[in-house]
Amino acid sequence: MNKVVDNVEKACAGIENGMTIMLGGFGLCGIPENSISQLVKLGTKELTCISNNAGVDDFGLGLLLQNRQIKKMISSYVGENDEFERQMLSGELEVDLIPQGSLAERCRAGGAGIPAFFTPAGYGTEVAEGKEVRVFNGKPHILESALTADYAIVKAWKGDTAGNLIFKGTARNFNPMMAMAGKVTIAEVEHLVSVGELDPNQIHIAGIFVQHIFQGTDYEKRIEQRTVRQKS
Amino acid sequence: MALDKNQIARRIAQELQHGWYVNLGIGIPTLVANFIPEGIEVEFQSENGILGMGPFPFDGEEDADLINAGKQTITAMNGAAYFDSATSFAMIRGQHVQLTVLGAMEVSENGDIANWKIPGKMVKGMGGAMDLVASADNIIVAMMHANKKGESKLLSNCSLPLTGVGCVKKVVTNLAVMEIIEGGGFKLLERAPGVSVEEIRDATEGKLIIKGEIPEMVL
Repeated sequence: MNKVVDNVEKACAGIENGMTIMLGGFGLCGIPENSISQLVKLGTKELTCISNNAGVDDFGLGLLLQNRQIKKMISSYVGENDEFERQMLSGELEVDLIPQGSLAERCRAGGAGIPAFFTPAGYGTEVAEGKEVRVFNGKPHILESALTADYAIVKAWKGDTAGNLIFKGTARNFNPMMAMAGKVTIAEVEHLVSVGELDPNQIHIAGIFVQHIFQGTDYEKRIEQRTVRQKS
Repeated sequence: MALDKNQIARRIAQELQHGWYVNLGIGIPTLVANFIPEGIEVEFQSENGILGMGPFPFDGEEDADLINAGKQTITAMNGAAYFDSATSFAMIRGQHVQLTVLGAMEVSENGDIANWKIPGKMVKGMGGAMDLVASADNIIVAMMHANKKGESKLLSNCSLPLTGVGCVKKVVTNLAVMEIIEGGGFKLLERAPGVSVEEIRDATEGKLIIKGEIPEMVL
């Protein structure tokens, strides 16, 4: 089945004000750069964004924050972003901080048709407030609910016209679970190839989870913490 | 002499056992990888999705698609594997990782840990810390004994919002190695070279349990 759209404009055409959007990536690694730029251009407002991080001040989701397009963020770690901190402390931005493993599993559950699950993460902390607690094997667990989204936007290294995706390195991170959890999933890829060119054994996410795929352009792939060692 | 950060890491590295999978947090814990004892093979897991994390890349060889949970550029060892975030936390929650080393702002004598939030001041989020401390069987905290104001970080009760309850097993600071025992209390196991038991007692707000002669660390 052909899932290809010509460009980012067509891929994002259905995104409206007030929608909930999942965006893949960890820090700036594996983020859907083209689609974020398009959302900035569209000026879509009142968005609820589910993403592990919130980018940095001038890149990634930080661009949408600068533009006041985000109403609520659901994330696990939002450091390294002054504008985020300012909007959160002033109350302009609603923020739901959840443990990273719970965030990943909540997305996976959403895509897999599991409405909720018990996890030990966050028991006895403010994360557990208002949540059902149950003891399994002598250990307390809290009930966490699944997450889904109107749109999931993911970035893959390679994809074929049927929407099958392959990720590279640690750029995989949240992208596969989010692809599963979107009512509509957009995949932007560095290399778009014809069906038959990808080895089915190597595919990380099957095309069934992807509705629109397009060839991305001009990837900056910015590095947040460039750390090197010296040759001795 | 109190230990420096590298010496704290060196002491924690003595806890490593052959064949372990280990998750190292940001800060002092990251340094543990530099001091793996000879003859011991361990594999490092980083929760953003790699097992078999290697050292930082050489200048010019950085790959934007290859970072650790601190968002630093890294390399992959031979035999490394990449995976998604749900699988990564399955390894952690499912207790397939034998040791977690992480930093803390406060630890209490019953093993509670606070390291993610200072209300009204610092709200960056917990990242993977809550999943790690709630699930790991073996958690070592690496930190300075006192905060920048000189106040003890080893307390009877944590004052900051908790990351996890009753989960820390061992604490290694610039002054001492302590074990958290059933029923509560920091049992003093070792002193930093030249640091007296009295100095450690004065620097510890929580219950410090001292039994018999306390040996000096051997680094």
